[in-house]
Amino acid sequence: MSTRLPCLRWPSLFLAMWCVVDGTLSSAADEHFGIPQVKFINESVAAGWSDARIKPSDEATDQEWCRRVHLDIIGRVPTVAELGVFVADTAPDKRAALVARLLGDDYVDEYARNWTDVWTTVLIGRSTENDNINRSGMRQWLRRAFAKNLPYDQFVTDLVTATGVNKAGEKGFNGATNFLTGKLEENGIQATAKTAQVFLGLQVQCTQCHNHPFNKGKQNQFWEFNAFFRQSRALRKFEGTREVQAIELVDEDWAGEGGNASQAELYYELRNGQMKVAYPVFVDGASVDPSGYLPAKMDDGTAFGVNRRRELAQLMVASPLLPKAAVNRIWGHFFGYGFTRPIDDLGEHNPPSHPELLDGLADQFRQQSFNVKELIRWITLSRAYALSSKVTKGNTSDDPAVGEKPKFTHFYLRQMRPEELYQSLLTATEADQADEKGEKASRKKDEWLSQFIIAFGTDEGDEATTFNGSIPQVLMMFNGDLVKTATGTGKGGFLDRVASADMSNAARIDTLYTAALARKPSRKEISMANQLMAARKGDAIGALQDIWWAVLNSNEFIINH
Amino acid sequence: MSISSRFVDGINRRHFMSHLAGAAALAAPATAFTNTLLANASDLRKRHKAAILLWMGGGPSTMDIWDLKPGAATGGPFQPISTSADGIQICEHMPLMAQQMHHMSLVRSMSTREADHMRGRYYMHTGYVPNPNVEHPSYGAVVAHELADQVPDLEIPPFVSVGGGSVGPGFLGMTWAPFVVDSNGNVRNLDMGIDPARLSQRLEMLTAIEGRFIGEKRGASAEDHAKVLDKTIRILKSEQMDAFKVMKEPTDVQEKYGNTGFGRGCLMARRLVEQGVPFVEVDLGGWDNHADIFKTLKDNKLPELDKAMSALVSDLAERSLLDDTAIIWMGEFSRTPNINGNGGRDHWARSWSVAVGGGGFKRGVVVGETSSDGKEVVTEPYSAQDLMASVLKSLDISLETTFTAKNGRPMKIANSGKVIKELFA
Repeated sequence: MSTRLPCLRWPSLFLAMWCVVDGTLSSAADEHFGIPQVKFINESVAAGWSDARIKPSDEATDQEWCRRVHLDIIGRVPTVAELGVFVADTAPDKRAALVARLLGDDYVDEYARNWTDVWTTVLIGRSTENDNINRSGMRQWLRRAFAKNLPYDQFVTDLVTATGVNKAGEKGFNGATNFLTGKLEENGIQATAKTAQVFLGLQVQCTQCHNHPFNKGKQNQFWEFNAFFRQSRALRKFEGTREVQAIELVDEDWAGEGGNASQAELYYELRNGQMKVAYPVFVDGASVDPSGYLPAKMDDGTAFGVNRRRELAQLMVASPLLPKAAVNRIWGHFFGYGFTRPIDDLGEHNPPSHPELLDGLADQFRQQSFNVKELIRWITLSRAYALSSKVTKGNTSDDPAVGEKPKFTHFYLRQMRPEELYQSLLTATEADQADEKGEKASRKKDEWLSQFIIAFGTDEGDEATTFNGSIPQVLMMFNGDLVKTATGTGKGGFLDRVASADMSNAARIDTLYTAALARKPSRKEISMANQLMAARKGDAIGALQDIWWAVLNSNEFIINH
Repeated sequence: MSISSRFVDGINRRHFMSHLAGAAALAAPATAFTNTLLANASDLRKRHKAAILLWMGGGPSTMDIWDLKPGAATGGPFQPISTSADGIQICEHMPLMAQQMHHMSLVRSMSTREADHMRGRYYMHTGYVPNPNVEHPSYGAVVAHELADQVPDLEIPPFVSVGGGSVGPGFLGMTWAPFVVDSNGNVRNLDMGIDPARLSQRLEMLTAIEGRFIGEKRGASAEDHAKVLDKTIRILKSEQMDAFKVMKEPTDVQEKYGNTGFGRGCLMARRLVEQGVPFVEVDLGGWDNHADIFKTLKDNKLPELDKAMSALVSDLAERSLLDDTAIIWMGEFSRTPNINGNGGRDHWARSWSVAVGGGGFKRGVVVGETSSDGKEVVTEPYSAQDLMASVLKSLDISLETTFTAKNGRPMKIANSGKVIKELFA
């Protein structure tokens, strides 16, 4: 219990934090960078270490940490220049400064691109099969939301209550509608399951048909939650008789399945065939006006009716589950494992590894106005995030890959997401400068991604990926067009520029290693590279191509470590 | 020499040797290589056991296919027809399979609890319900793991998933992951486009980087990556990759299986089994018929299934492969006996059917029975683990096998399921 928050002391500590962020506090950063939330994380995680009698690994090197924080915040490896500047910096608070820079204006486009990728997958998956979803529209909205760091409560509200047309360029466009436009069929079963899962960490999909066998989920809760979506319709858009490829999400008066709109109810069937009735009731038992009418006024001015999705959004934002689910997801993004597994199951049957840390961070997230960038700052400046991925004798047992609860004594290896790999290859070959930006670039990436996506063709849009360390992925790295381009020797390309730059062969090899692995080659690797140089005889660029191919195909490149 | 540097060297040497072996195979004269294969082919065919899983993604309505209830309010419009197996009747829209039923058996008493797609797919593939702390191996990984020793010359992956609806290798590791191909047998990015000598130089360099990173002991995924690299190098120029090319079959054979994704998948499964692959899974999706189910089944799903599956069964029988090749037909669950307001059926796991055949299975029998409305199993109910145990037995895989999960816990093969004894003579 030593980790409980000293709540009363927070205000003064926050003052100190703002000073650091503004850069006005010039004294050396302490181990918590003067940020109380970082201190809280560090103390909570360390308490778990001593409880379990295990020891953390050493700190990661500057290079490793720099690569990590670039991959996780902006979705790509650092450039040679970015790495060089950071490593050469001798300021004691340079890590806080780098995080501030990555969260700041200089990187706003890349930050938005990365988190758009992450959330597109969360909200609508990677498969492009659902015609009721406009991926570009979804992305455009997400990019804007992350570019302006939309507070998370507003983010969720906008997604859950969205109305409008899902395709950019159409009148009444609102890209946020795409979260729900593909999930309203069959009475909004998917909207119900996904909203509860993504934003509240509640797995209710099984309770659609029966009470949950091993948690508190009851069938009535599913349908009472479902009742919030019954005023919503996804309409195909027509322009005259011409059907445009767009969906309009609207709220309409709903008469209910009983035909009485002032008590608009729905019916569901128990396993024994008995029919039950449900009205909108939130997961904590809070009920709302059962009217199916949208808000309006009678002739005498009396207000009546209710917008069920708006009510739902308000209840969600007030729920303690909302910040917990967000913190768990974002923590999981940075550490590879959240406090629960899966990260979107916070049910009572699935206790978190660090309950006080999760609760404390969730409280802080709410108190800091759901500021996602602040949450990211706390996590990335924590000691646990800065630990080496090298396992030591003192923490071999801390291995979530074998099913243990994570103790965060070392950084856990994880393969890059396909989007990270794609972007990293562009960055490492400096192809991102010349390439298309924004939506055009995203569509190209979608096309490349489609080779890995397996859609199961069910009503729930389930999908899997072969970008999972299996043979098809290795073949893509060996021979795929993306890697062929990255290892191309054409005029003006990356290898050509390295080959023709005024530097020694040793420096050229250094450059390749730094660009991909954020480190210099070992002595053994240098001697092997030299052998390759000799084998290619006069063909220097051919030798660089061989080395570059090997570096990009390595575990060290594709694994965030 | 310290322990850790010995470890590094060991890894390096092992990988280096395997790369050399791979490179040597690439460089060897193609004819010699092919001759060896041909010489072994007939032996291989006799020796090895295999299984083909026909995976019906989405949950097919088995009371409209294998266990009809004509006249019941829940029965739907389809009529049963007699088949080549005494006393077995199946759906009228499966006329070709009706002629093959003497090679197959039905279990009409499956009763499970998972009626969510992802959970049901996991459960039926592994015999275990999903557990956040351990990933269980699927049929393909288990069978490939147990039978790979029978086919030491196999260069292509021992577990192939056509269409990709399968579940992964879990704690058995990426070596046993499904190799996913589309039904045209296209494997992307196979052509290296550089000469073998240069490739092996590149691989040598890669091995150095790979081994250094593994030696730093950062976690198992570093080594997993190297293992998959080795497997990929093996298939790069393997002649055995030809087994994926269904277009090399005579036209009449292709036509017999049907010009559909599932038809080509089934034909590929036969070619792969002939080549020595111990486990092939062929995916046929589109069974999630919440609306308008009878038209979809009659016009679309059943004809595609009937043609391909009957062609596969008869082809395996004609080639004397059936006795060594088990066939399993199943989905993640079935569909509600009650027909919903949209003329569809919803998810239902309580009472349903699977079909099995070939291998060591007794053929032409029906196991179990459901009530007249199809809503209850009235005989002894069977589970996913019982079915899995039975399939493993039909392949002579010992049910005493115990795996060790990554957390050190022992895991009984097929989750200690009981063999469905009526399926064996």
